[in-house]
Amino acid sequence: MTASIPLGLPVDPGRRRQVAAALRAVLPERCILSDPEDTRPYECDGLAAYRQLPMVVTLPDTERQVLAILQVCRELGVPVVPRGAGTGLSGGAQPLADGVVISTARLNRILRVEPHARTAVVQPGVRNLAISEAAAPFGLYYAPDPSSQIACTIGGNVAENAGGVHCLKYGLTVHNVLRVRACTIEGEVIELGGEALDAPGLDLLAVFIGSEGMLGIVTEVTVKLVPRPALAQVIMASFDDVALGGNAVASVIAAGIIPAGLEMMDRTSARMVEPFVKAGYDLDAAAILLCEADGTALEVAEEIGRMTEVLRQAGANAITVSQDEAERLRFWSGRKNAFPAAGRISPDYYCMDGTIPRKHLAQVLARIADMEATYGLRCANVFHAGDGNMHPLILFDANRPGELERAEAFGAAILALCVEVGGTITGEHGVGVEKIDSMCVQFGSRELEAFFAVKRAFDPFALLNPNKAIPTLNRCAELGRMRVSGGVLPFAQLPRF
Amino acid sequence: MQQIVDTFRERVHAAARENKPLRIRGGGSKDWYGGLLEGELLDTRAYAGIVDYEPTELVLTARCGTPLAAIEAVLAERGQMLAFEPPHFGAAATIGGAIASGLSGPRRASSGALRDFVLGATILDGKGDVLRFGGRVMKNVAGYDVSRLLAGSLGTLGLLLEVSVKVLPRAAGETTLRFALDQAGALRTLNEWAGRPLPLSGSCWHDGVLSLRLSGARAAVEDARRTLGGELLADCAPFWDSLREQRHAFFGGDEALWRLSVPSTAGPIAPGAGQLIEWGGAQRWLRAPGDPDTAARIRAAALAAGGHATLFRGGDKSVGVFQPLAPALARIHERLKAGFDPANIFNPGRMF
Repeated sequence: MTASIPLGLPVDPGRRRQVAAALRAVLPERCILSDPEDTRPYECDGLAAYRQLPMVVTLPDTERQVLAILQVCRELGVPVVPRGAGTGLSGGAQPLADGVVISTARLNRILRVEPHARTAVVQPGVRNLAISEAAAPFGLYYAPDPSSQIACTIGGNVAENAGGVHCLKYGLTVHNVLRVRACTIEGEVIELGGEALDAPGLDLLAVFIGSEGMLGIVTEVTVKLVPRPALAQVIMASFDDVALGGNAVASVIAAGIIPAGLEMMDRTSARMVEPFVKAGYDLDAAAILLCEADGTALEVAEEIGRMTEVLRQAGANAITVSQDEAERLRFWSGRKNAFPAAGRISPDYYCMDGTIPRKHLAQVLARIADMEATYGLRCANVFHAGDGNMHPLILFDANRPGELERAEAFGAAILALCVEVGGTITGEHGVGVEKIDSMCVQFGSRELEAFFAVKRAFDPFALLNPNKAIPTLNRCAELGRMRVSGGVLPFAQLPRF
Repeated sequence: MQQIVDTFRERVHAAARENKPLRIRGGGSKDWYGGLLEGELLDTRAYAGIVDYEPTELVLTARCGTPLAAIEAVLAERGQMLAFEPPHFGAAATIGGAIASGLSGPRRASSGALRDFVLGATILDGKGDVLRFGGRVMKNVAGYDVSRLLAGSLGTLGLLLEVSVKVLPRAAGETTLRFALDQAGALRTLNEWAGRPLPLSGSCWHDGVLSLRLSGARAAVEDARRTLGGELLADCAPFWDSLREQRHAFFGGDEALWRLSVPSTAGPIAPGAGQLIEWGGAQRWLRAPGDPDTAARIRAAALAAGGHATLFRGGDKSVGVFQPLAPALARIHERLKAGFDPANIFNPGRMF
């Protein structure tokens, strides 16, 4: 969302002086920002509708400095908000008026690329794409490729369990990270996972990945690198009806094929991105499917042949296969640029991130179309069709009174619909502050209590990224387990942890 | 079925009230694995059945007591499989036991571990409450990923009632190649091959022979076979089954069996002992005594290589089955245990 609502709570200047002084005692001056002019760039992440000036921003150079910051925060009872590139869409890195931001911007070194072991050891502030670039000379790459991969950091990917367009075949962050080294709020350095394929004890690495910065501050990550396939080719198929497109995806899977990428766009999306990327999309199709095969030349030829046959039988009325790498990238460009394209045709947009069992796709898209009328707003749908992860883009203009509120209500209604058909409120963007109320729709009080038990096991002081991701029982009770209808949620009035 | 859950809940309430721990057990096929067996038996097998299976969604949901063999048979009918190839270690093995033990088979290094395929779980916690985590969809980041935390937790956090797992199509082509190589040569070769786009799906080095399984599109397997050379092993499925189920001759006899989980690039460890190496070098089986001196030596060697050692089967469990945890991690474990099982009634001592 790009609309700006000045919601920030005031920062207490006395408290800021106290905390900044305590930090200056343990950190070099260059690692601390406390003047509002300097902290302004940190006032929001990708969920830009919500802005809040942080009390202090820190930019540690070393793990030792991270520990020192955490010690100061622990002793003074100051909440800590970790931040990577700030590209997250759910407000996970949104600052707090009484909190310290730990930015990983200076922890940005690739420590080792080990081609023989097929791993890379990197600091949390390293960009996702930079890892693949460093591994490229060895014929290797880091598989998860969120659309923001040019900017987003591995630390943020770990926090959100980031996905991408190739995760049906290659997995999410949780499947591609071997080890995380992190500092706890108690001042200890922990190693989760390892360079072996498993570690003794409970699988804490699995629970840490996707924990939205609430369990520890990551200082080092070992990622798995995989061999780059010799060749990739993508099929672009058009369908007259979204239900046919959805069924075609099921038919591909039923044929025993796991495509490297399997994405769908509706007509609104295709028309939105085409002027922008000139990919040659069929603008009359109700749905466009992109199906990618990768591997050796023979393997790709075999798989493209089989997929083409399945798609034709499933009712595709036009099929194009990319003939070279430039064409493949062009077919993908629209899908990867759907969000910027939305920003181009609409003053504001709100990107949702629900996952549904794929068989309900047609029904869910029909109901979203009905909601467009109800809320008086347009919605473009892009869809990680292989794994059921939908990204409805709600288009609105925040300068028109009531539109932001309607966009949010529309979004919450879509998430409630995802839960209703057996899905989830977030597939890969995280809950953050954005979907915290929708958590009350998906989980009952007992599960929320269990989440708090997990939180306490790592962070008994409740200082790491508080008030995010997991709503308190109180909050859900006050909302009556209902989605919020209208009105921007103030996020600091209710205790959540 | 609700009645069975009610019975389980009564057992949990009674156990907490009377401070009498429960020993959760499916088919009992892995009773020998992990630490001590303490507490009154709670047999999960009555709570069985596949709840939902949608081949085109690649998701299967089953109750804990469902036999693993039944699940695999249903998947095979639709040309699909559990890609982590869970070891059964006996005909009675259940899906609940497989998830709780967290063990993966020969395909682990290429397809992923059991925990990678867990999508959702329903448990009965130590207070007798039914909790649902994750779901039946591939991508889900709402709340902490507790379902994956349950994988390999040896029943210490709760009674697993139901689990949803991702399933995958069986490969169209599969073949096994054999190469004569010493241990160091096999390790080097395996790591080199793993860095190339080859359809590897299993490896085993033992006694100077490297067996390599390839699975994938027929063209890919055929391509790789031509590139790699080696000797073709006809009818290879029984061989990989014998590895997964540890019926291979290497696993026979009474001597303790150690499992070393190390980086695949670690050089030969304890080269004197009988060894079988899987997972491209990342899982190494050792036959060596399970006494305190040997245990200390093996643990030190595993640690030095960047991994850990488990006294997998046999030996003297008083030496500790699992590698001890760093104090900060041990504390997190204790708090998690206390959060899910405050009365400490589930499988005490089975893990730590």
